[in-house]
Amino acid sequence: MTSAAPASSETSRGFLGEARYPGIFGWIFSTDHKRIGLLYLWCIIAFFCIGATLGVLIRLELWAPGRTIMDAQTYNAVFTLHGVIMIFLFIIPGIPAAFGNLIMPIQLGARDVAFPRLNLLSWWLYIGGAILAVIALFTGGGPPDTGWTFYVPFSTHTTTNVTLATVAVFTIGFSSILTGINFVTTIHRLRAEGMTWTRIPLFTWSLYATAWIQVLATPVLGITVALIFAERVIGTGLFDPAQGGDPIMFQHLFWIYSHPAVYIMVLPGMGVVSDIIPVFARKPAFGYKAIVVSSLAIAFAGSLVWAHHMYTSGMSDLAVMVFSFLTFIVAIPSAVKVFNWLATLYQGSILLDPPLLFALSFILLFTIGGLSGLVVGAAATNIHVHDTHFVVGHFHFTMFGGTGMAFFAALHYWLPKIYGRMYDKAVATVAWGVIFVGFCILYLSMKIVGIMGMPRRYWDYVPEFTGLNQLATAGSWILAVGLVLMFVNLIRGVLYGAPVGANPWGGATLEWQVPSPPPTENFEADPVVTHGPYDFKKAGIL
Amino acid sequence: MQPLQTTTEAVDTAFYVILGIDLVMLLGIMTAMIWFVWRYNRKRQPLPLSQKDKNLWLEITWTVIPTLLVMLMFWYGWEGYLSLRRIPDDAMHIKASARMWSWLFTYDNGKTAGKLYVPVGRPVKVELHAEDVLHSFYVPAFRVKRDTVPGMTNWVWFEAEKPGSYDLFCAEYCGVGHSSMVTTVEALSAAEFQAWLTGTEEAADRTADRGEELARQQGCLGCHSTDGSRKVGPSFKGLFGETTTVTRDGQQVTVTADAAYLARSIREPAAEVVVGYPPVMPPFTGLSEADLQALIGWLRSLQ
Repeated sequence: MTSAAPASSETSRGFLGEARYPGIFGWIFSTDHKRIGLLYLWCIIAFFCIGATLGVLIRLELWAPGRTIMDAQTYNAVFTLHGVIMIFLFIIPGIPAAFGNLIMPIQLGARDVAFPRLNLLSWWLYIGGAILAVIALFTGGGPPDTGWTFYVPFSTHTTTNVTLATVAVFTIGFSSILTGINFVTTIHRLRAEGMTWTRIPLFTWSLYATAWIQVLATPVLGITVALIFAERVIGTGLFDPAQGGDPIMFQHLFWIYSHPAVYIMVLPGMGVVSDIIPVFARKPAFGYKAIVVSSLAIAFAGSLVWAHHMYTSGMSDLAVMVFSFLTFIVAIPSAVKVFNWLATLYQGSILLDPPLLFALSFILLFTIGGLSGLVVGAAATNIHVHDTHFVVGHFHFTMFGGTGMAFFAALHYWLPKIYGRMYDKAVATVAWGVIFVGFCILYLSMKIVGIMGMPRRYWDYVPEFTGLNQLATAGSWILAVGLVLMFVNLIRGVLYGAPVGANPWGGATLEWQVPSPPPTENFEADPVVTHGPYDFKKAGIL
Repeated sequence: MQPLQTTTEAVDTAFYVILGIDLVMLLGIMTAMIWFVWRYNRKRQPLPLSQKDKNLWLEITWTVIPTLLVMLMFWYGWEGYLSLRRIPDDAMHIKASARMWSWLFTYDNGKTAGKLYVPVGRPVKVELHAEDVLHSFYVPAFRVKRDTVPGMTNWVWFEAEKPGSYDLFCAEYCGVGHSSMVTTVEALSAAEFQAWLTGTEEAADRTADRGEELARQQGCLGCHSTDGSRKVGPSFKGLFGETTTVTRDGQQVTVTADAAYLARSIREPAAEVVVGYPPVMPPFTGLSEADLQALIGWLRSLQ
């Protein structure tokens, strides 16, 4: 890999200081993948904070049985909004739209993505859909109260503004589809000379697998929400038994997207971890090919398991057996990754800096989530835990303990590259500790109260569940404190942190060869790649 | 075909197998991670000991072993599930009807109840119906759950081995009264159950007040409390004779909750909705005049 002489980061603000248009127009009309990535990043973080605040409110209401701070209708709207924001506006776009845009073209040695204007349109669709969702809260019959899953018949009957919410989701869905098309094309067509498929960094490989799911699965979601729209507005009756329709068919349609969606959520997180561990262990990723194959296997097999959300729905026992079997198959490639990550650490030289702390947390918490997923995937045990807080705990372990932690890891790993400044590592470590403790108290209590039988989406609960709910709520406060500390530290770092050079961590992938912040064109001359992404010897790190 | 185990045993066996394997895996992964991070910490290990990045036999091993383990877990899960789906021949039949936001159970002799009375030591098959939206019949103690779907008849079976009162929850989100849709399975000894079913003097939960019995059966208590606390609807306590503001034809009107008002509220609740409450009460048009008066009489007694 040739290295262009890095420009001094102390005098140049790179792409941050070079805008095509003045002021805010230089951002919202920019086709530079890095500016689009930052637009996504700050919106995504804002939505995460709103979603997390809703989560804290939910936990406050659940402090005691009966009404605590809000009535049941408000509570139902709050958990619906919490789910919709966290899933469609934070986790699904999260790592791909923010860090994929910021980093992936540079990792490939490219100047931008394949379709920069389509990229800008994707962001506008994301924001447009988000604005529609906000409008849906204050118009029509008020904020949707269906849960993020919009199950029929309730979602066709409720007077809340589900109709506008479906238009919002449809719009945001197209942001995801177009990003997927853009990324697949970029990875196929814009790799630098010498960047063979087996030299692509694992983070970019994870985005590739993710992009295929985005392209193939999201249209099904679009169709599904359009069908709810049609059912509500013109009474099509596809899901109405009185008109010969079938409520269970909705569940199939919904989950055919929404299960693969969780792999859209987690694969990029796994990609972040796969890039971070080698750098902080100074050892190449163990089992590169196994990790690539497992990502593609997860994407493929994950498209076949959707009805494991429906064992109690009334579908046939044969369907239960088939989907349970396939669900266990998809667990295997995830396990393979965990073992390869551990093998990467083995006999390395490990520096426990914040990016690695968060990456290791991903492994631990995602493993707990995945192992509890086996309880949910097995037919008999599913019957007991389905629609209880055990499931809520399970998916928070995988989505928040997994993807969420990976998102935080990506922030701590790549923000110094993007802004050219380092945050306070000691404060970041303390914030990590507080987050980890709060997280475990909150979600382990949740899993226990779930297995004791507390259903989910319950505004009120029987008194026996009070102790564990209070423990969980206390955990949510600790978690919130940790999150605030983490974000304040990162923002202070971005604004006032000590300047860093091109490669503060000793990485061997191409983004560490360009200045921090990178210039608009990324590279002075098109790079020629002569070694793999984790070859620290040839990269001059070892 | 007679199953060899109860529904509780079936689910718990699968659970303990999976939990056991899970804990072993988790402990192994955690130990390895913490050990590596300590032993190969840069302070102790300034340079990596190796740059080795592949081993085919390791990949095969840690693919094959997890495959075998998950197949084992799948098997226990499936076997346990089969026990939930094979109804014993001598199961008693009860019909369960779910609607927003209460349960109604109907026995073969026509008797109805708001709680699910069952005899101890006898398997029960519950036939599940939904009148409006999706609900779900869930009894944690017996590890059974099945959605109630409009237009479809589902079922569960279970057997209470000991007398007692077991929580029965709605487990499929169904709107503002979802968490109120809670009742119990009342497991009675065979003799007590017979007495209750045929309605003799020794019946277990006999209330002298027909009105109160109706309030339970018809699901009123799912949304209205008797202790003054606000649930989905106004509390019944002190309701009779109270002056309140309702919305009628889009206008706010002050009314007194007398017998005539209460009768209208029960038969056509959407006509006058108390301000500050959601317009979600379903109409109860099937009550006889005698039953209606019994209900109103009971409400009057709740001062």
